Amino acid sequence: MSASNPIRMPPRRSASFDEYAIAEIQRAAATGIYDIRGGGAKRKLPGFDDLLFLGASVSRYPLEGYREKCATNVTLGTRFAKKPIELKIPITIAGMSFGALSGPAKEALGRGATAMGTSTTTGDGGMTPEERGHSKTLVYQYLPSRYGMNPDDLRKADAIEIVIGQGAKPGGGGMLLGQKISPRVAKMRNLPEGIDQRSACRHPDWTGPDDLEIKIQELREITNWEKPIYIKVGATRPYYDVTLAVKAGADVVVVDGMQGGTAATQEIFIEHVGIPTLAAIRPAVQALLDLDMHRKVQLIVSGGIRNGADVAKALALGADAVAIGTAALIALGDNDPKWEAEYQKLGTTAGCYDDWHEGLDPAGITTQNPELAARLDPLKASRRLANYLAVMTMEMQIIARACGKSHVLNLEPDDLVALTVESAAMARVPLAGTSWIPGQGGY
Amino acid sequence: MCGIVGLFTKTPKLQSRLGDYLSSMLIEMSDRGPDSAGVALYRNPTTGGATKLSLFAADPNYAWSTLQGELKKELSDKVTLELRGSHAVVVVHEAFPVIQAWLAQHHPELDIVSAGDTIEIFKEKGLPKDVVDRFDLRHVSGSHALGHTRMATESAVTTEHSHPFSTGMDLCLVHNGSLSNHNRLREKLKRQGIQFKTDNDTEVGAGYLAWRLREGDTLEEALTNGFRDLDGFYTFAIGTRDGFAVVRDPIACKHAVLAETDDWVAMATEYRAIAVLPGADHANIWEPKPGTIYAWNHA
Amino acid sequence: MTLLDLSSITLRELNSRLQSVAAGSNERDFTVTNPEGAHSIAVGLTQPIHVTVEGHTGFYCAGMNQQAEILVKGHVGPGVAENMMSGRVHVTGNASQAAGATGQGGMLVIEGSAASRCGISMKGIDIVVGGSVGHMSAFMAQSGALVVCGDAGSSLGDSIYEARLYVAGSVESLGSDCVEKQMTQHHKEKLQRLLDQARIKADVKRFRRYGSARKLYNFHVDNVDAY
Repeated sequence: MSASNPIRMPPRRSASFDEYAIAEIQRAAATGIYDIRGGGAKRKLPGFDDLLFLGASVSRYPLEGYREKCATNVTLGTRFAKKPIELKIPITIAGMSFGALSGPAKEALGRGATAMGTSTTTGDGGMTPEERGHSKTLVYQYLPSRYGMNPDDLRKADAIEIVIGQGAKPGGGGMLLGQKISPRVAKMRNLPEGIDQRSACRHPDWTGPDDLEIKIQELREITNWEKPIYIKVGATRPYYDVTLAVKAGADVVVVDGMQGGTAATQEIFIEHVGIPTLAAIRPAVQALLDLDMHRKVQLIVSGGIRNGADVAKALALGADAVAIGTAALIALGDNDPKWEAEYQKLGTTAGCYDDWHEGLDPAGITTQNPELAARLDPLKASRRLANYLAVMTMEMQIIARACGKSHVLNLEPDDLVALTVESAAMARVPLAGTSWIPGQGGY
Repeated sequence: MCGIVGLFTKTPKLQSRLGDYLSSMLIEMSDRGPDSAGVALYRNPTTGGATKLSLFAADPNYAWSTLQGELKKELSDKVTLELRGSHAVVVVHEAFPVIQAWLAQHHPELDIVSAGDTIEIFKEKGLPKDVVDRFDLRHVSGSHALGHTRMATESAVTTEHSHPFSTGMDLCLVHNGSLSNHNRLREKLKRQGIQFKTDNDTEVGAGYLAWRLREGDTLEEALTNGFRDLDGFYTFAIGTRDGFAVVRDPIACKHAVLAETDDWVAMATEYRAIAVLPGADHANIWEPKPGTIYAWNHA
Repeated sequence: MTLLDLSSITLRELNSRLQSVAAGSNERDFTVTNPEGAHSIAVGLTQPIHVTVEGHTGFYCAGMNQQAEILVKGHVGPGVAENMMSGRVHVTGNASQAAGATGQGGMLVIEGSAASRCGISMKGIDIVVGGSVGHMSAFMAQSGALVVCGDAGSSLGDSIYEARLYVAGSVESLGSDCVEKQMTQHHKEKLQRLLDQARIKADVKRFRRYGSARKLYNFHVDNVDAY
């Protein structure tokens, strides 16, 4: 209000310079360092919520629950490995390091996954004896840093996952800040305690799929050709990446979308590099189809999987399985409202806490602080994870049965429609109520 | 991503075995290049103002003899044509721009794969051993040659997308690696009048060199300018009328090995391609330094 | 002595044979002929056996070696002794790039020269090079020692942690946070032991020591040019 303008104008916030953008500029000016956090992309993106299943009607028939089986098992690594991996459910636990996570958290993941007949994955830092002990099926990551890498652990693993990138930071390397480089973590990684770990973004001894082919051969020679070799990429150019992974000799390809979490990286990396999970699946599957490798080289999709509907949609679009990271941590107890008072002290609130790099997690999951870590009871937490995995499995079976499928892998794109033009184009399914698939042609 | 090989003969006695040795080298690189293969052979120099072209026809039943007849009638009474697989080596006693214009007008279905006095490029989809057989390369003689096996990274797998790419008269390029700024560079080169047939990054590298050479750079100057203007990881082998050059980008992640004896100089992405050559065991073997141009020429 | 000829057996047969030597077995000496640049020769060995490779190898020779002593009479391709845990790898010729990459223990000796990225990300291995090393050597080197009797290429020890570098010849340039350090009697003795163990003759007085300035251990905005 002013003398010339009698109307009270509401304060108007800029859409570009919104609250967050302004605060971030002020923070950058004050500190001189980029913002680092954990988790995956938080902004609104085209995703699985934009897709809907077409349940049975007059032209299709549903399966009865319980009596009429809807199977959920999947086999990974059938292409070259002597010992492929049999999973009871098509949901695996994604790679997360001991270092990023506390010991009790890794134990809980191992126990919970084992209870449900699925696998866990090590992370950037190596394999701990506890994790190998608690996980019946363990995938061992082979990363650019090679922290803790050794042939004994390679042979103890059930599968080897060569990490080229992850959805939160495709093109970036690992990050672990000093507050989480505890004595044990430092020893495992061969680093001085308390320093900020700088990480390589490329593998030290190979570059490109032609050299990767030789590296895969070496790993197979070291492990007697027994173990499936996965290749994990962050979602950017999934058609080419999956094609090249197959040509280099992969048994399984893992594609991680931008909603995929990390323990720590720059905020701008998470939000501005990489594509949404939904946009990555059809190109990845198309690459497999074009090489006649669909279902022969298995595809695991990750990045923001939350519930059985998400799993069912990923499978319908052509994935063989999904991996969960962030969701698994939430199931264990991450961001639980019971710690609200502590979240407030950290300047945040339950459901928003993502400064996992600081190692101050009240839930005891993304920390190396022994007192905080002790708050997580691994047995109880493992039960929670198993419950969550069971619910997701039942949810996907409910959907699959409603679509007339006796195996969840029989879900297909024809069972889906989309609510928006973007999601229809990305998933290559029609807009609901129409036969229009925007942008057909191209891949 | 790919395998590249190169062989330069220092003594005449090796020239009759050039195709045979190069074929063996190429086949050793099959694992890292299963999609397509190609070779550039330098042999049988033309004389008296004639131009040699390597032409590709997509139609497997192409009427090459009819073409030969037309060329004789329209351009020059001295025309030879030798068929090799899907390609034909044609020698016409006429300047290249005239031939190029005539072909563009009368036979746009033909692709001019190479042109010059001595160069012959043959390239095709398929495994190296199949490409060797189809072009009957084992029996070819010549003074030097380059070869390439391809694992396509981003562009399609077609004959036109295969390497070597010809950059100018008697000039060709093979590449292992991946350029990262080729798209904008392609647009800039188009505006300079360089023509492209594919969306392949290597073709941009080849076009860039052709442009620099056209602007008056020596090959060495062109490659030095390339360190500044080309971004990405690359090992290049460039064929010239008299020899070949090898260069790696300044970061140099894509492996390359050079070897030399009294009889030959060879280059390959992996040593095992050089191991097939006579005397390889005792050759002088070294790795090219990054950002450094290595070149050999017949005097 | 057991002869294994790669021109008549497969790589899998070769490695399988070498990997399955029983602990305490009397069969301790092996010779591999006709390597012809093959990759992954003698990888993943676990017993203290002796393997001699007669000729040049491809990538990853002696990868992830444990306890074995592997002698290559020739040149080796990229990644020789990568991620070696213990034992010894000795190359009479030259090594290609990433020699000893991410090695955690044992000793790698290269009588000739090594190309770029020698000792990249090393985690405890000792590497002794009779000739020179290429650019980006000891990149992100965490621990262990790299001894270079010749020259070092550009960006030596970029982003180095606690590894120690000894170079007798010239250093084209030092990488981020890598600085020259004092050569005390203790370091000279340590260097002499490494040279003796490598059976390479060199005068310790010619060497200079390089290591981490430790300024990049915790991020500080004033270091932003180094990134």
